[in-house]
Amino acid sequence: MITSFLIDSLDRRGRVVVALLVALALLVPAGNLLVPEGSAFHVSTYQLTLCGKYLTYALLALSVDLVWGYCGILSLGHGAFFALGGYAMGMYLMRQIGSRGVYADPVLPDFMVFLNWKELPWFWQGFDMAWYAFLMVALVPGVLAFLFGWLSFRSRVTGVYLSIITQALTYALLLAFFRNDMGFGGNNGLTDFKDILGFPIQEPGTRAALFSASALMLALGFVIASAVVRSKLGKVLVAIRDAESRTRFIGYRVEHYKLFVWTLSAGMAGVAGALYVPQVGIINPSEFDPAASIEAVIWVAVGGRGTLVGPLIGAVAVNFGKTWFTGVLPEVWLYALGALFVVVTLFLPRGIVGLWETVVSGRSKPAKEPDEAGEKAGEAA
Amino acid sequence: MTGKAEGSLLYLDDVSVSFDGFRAINRLSLVLEPGEMRAIIGPNGAGKTTMMDIITGKTRPDTGDVLFDGSVDLTRLDEAAIANLGIGRKFQKPTVFESHSVEDNIALALKGRRGAFAALFHRRSAAEQGRIDVLLATIRLSDKRDLLAARLSHGQKQWLEIGMLLAQEPRLLLVDEPAAGMTDAETAETAILLKEIAKTQSVVVVEHDMTFVRALGVKVTVLHEGSVLAEGSLDAVSVNPKVIEVYLGR
Ligand SMILES: Nc1ncnc2c1ncn2[C@@H]1O[C@H](COP(=O)(O)OP(=O)(O)OP(=O)(O)O)[C@@H](O)[C@H]1O
Ligand SMILES: [Mg+2]
Repeated sequence: MITSFLIDSLDRRGRVVVALLVALALLVPAGNLLVPEGSAFHVSTYQLTLCGKYLTYALLALSVDLVWGYCGILSLGHGAFFALGGYAMGMYLMRQIGSRGVYADPVLPDFMVFLNWKELPWFWQGFDMAWYAFLMVALVPGVLAFLFGWLSFRSRVTGVYLSIITQALTYALLLAFFRNDMGFGGNNGLTDFKDILGFPIQEPGTRAALFSASALMLALGFVIASAVVRSKLGKVLVAIRDAESRTRFIGYRVEHYKLFVWTLSAGMAGVAGALYVPQVGIINPSEFDPAASIEAVIWVAVGGRGTLVGPLIGAVAVNFGKTWFTGVLPEVWLYALGALFVVVTLFLPRGIVGLWETVVSGRSKPAKEPDEAGEKAGEAA
Repeated sequence: MTGKAEGSLLYLDDVSVSFDGFRAINRLSLVLEPGEMRAIIGPNGAGKTTMMDIITGKTRPDTGDVLFDGSVDLTRLDEAAIANLGIGRKFQKPTVFESHSVEDNIALALKGRRGAFAALFHRRSAAEQGRIDVLLATIRLSDKRDLLAARLSHGQKQWLEIGMLLAQEPRLLLVDEPAAGMTDAETAETAILLKEIAKTQSVVVVEHDMTFVRALGVKVTVLHEGSVLAEGSLDAVSVNPKVIEVYLGR
């Protein structure tokens, strides 16, 4: 039932996106591992890892769009869920180091030995097991989002107020994770990873596999998001976005619907963060920076909120821009990003995807015009 | 208290509500029998819409009883629970889901399970589709079913909202100014439609249009400054000097 539910959920555009992502998952690693270095089709390990990182950003953007684009909840704290997923993965990777750390303690990560801790804190237990850690990657952000959402949606906190408390949430976590006594490596975070699932994390083969995993997870996230927004639940979400109180008056418990999509979205952001960490090799409190969450919102706005492809395009395009800018004119990047956001908000309310749709429908469907004009005339009569 | 409400569908007793010291509803009492249709008239600001807000859980009264079905205390329930009890509402300003198609608007309102997981795995059954088709025909929007609701005219939105109300199959319909913005012909049709509905369900209609109220031919309650000024047939209240002074005479 679940599989047919998921497969039926894709429209034509969705199938193209999923097919593209699966192709990427196969071809880019092949270009890295199999194609010789001189060839035009060779993909360097640097490029591969960079693109893998973009794919995890795309998954984060998709999760933001699910709540913002489809349910009108403007989250300015989704970076927190991303970072929590990242920390869960980081904890697993730390425990994979084993006795190969500087202090060679078989159980305790280096920073704990440095702090003179004698044993592993309770919340680090179990993270040596991959299945447990991978579960926590989605579960920790999910549970936090559930509690946060339960409290705020039940008390009907909406709009700007909700956005502000999501910022406060990520800021509070930023401060907390900076503290050494929290047990997450403080300022330095978690780094110096060695293995993942027993494979050396720096090996080209492992990097290629991480890229593929990112592309496939993004594809899976896309299929799930598509199934959700095309279901009746998805229609209720849009109804809530457009007329929340009206939705209540026809008998829908708005807070339950919000809670569902909010929790799902947080879990998705957590998975994105978990794939991000082994590719960049570090997770530290700066991932909780409120600005990071705002950037994710900008990706969605640029790509096109309320569309499923938009956040993917936005995340990749903006981050290409960021990589390019920070290479050439690092000081200018933040201004460029701000300007981009203003331009998109003012002139492209539906982002790149909206622009593209207008261009395409303007070219290929002139037959529709007289039809619409006829309707208007009919109304006026 | 419950004794007096027995046998009634809707029972408001001594209800008051103030907004920042202003008494919008002032010791209002009103009883509606099962199957009854009632017209509510009164000048702007009389509290007609606020009364509907109280019944549907949007506004909590400061004092007074609001009972449904003789015993269910509506002041303790939220909007969704009240809607699911069988009280449907059409708003003064037509509110439909603009980015959904006309058909989806009806489908969302259609009576059925309202839980999030039920909605996630919901597949529209043939029976539901049949019901949607009938409703679209009733509100004359069958040919506009795929149009976005945002593109409907004001009158069509009013009808769509009435369609959504019917789709919920409520036992009590609260209809706030259904004829506003309609042509005379549309107004007359709306009156016919409401009378048809009133054969099987209870209806409370707020309307300023006297031709429309006359066409309904039902008992009228006149509200003024948050309380009942007069009650009776339209002819009877029309000659009431107090009513003429505050409302009809102007
Ligand atoms: N939420 C609110 N906050 C403050 N004042 C309110 C609120 N709701 C209603 N009022 C006031 O209560 C009074 C009654 O308003 P209400 O909308 O019920 O009138 P009405 O009889 O429906 O009038 P109309 O015919 O214009 O629709 C008005 O003076 C209005 O300004
Ligand atoms: Mg009113």
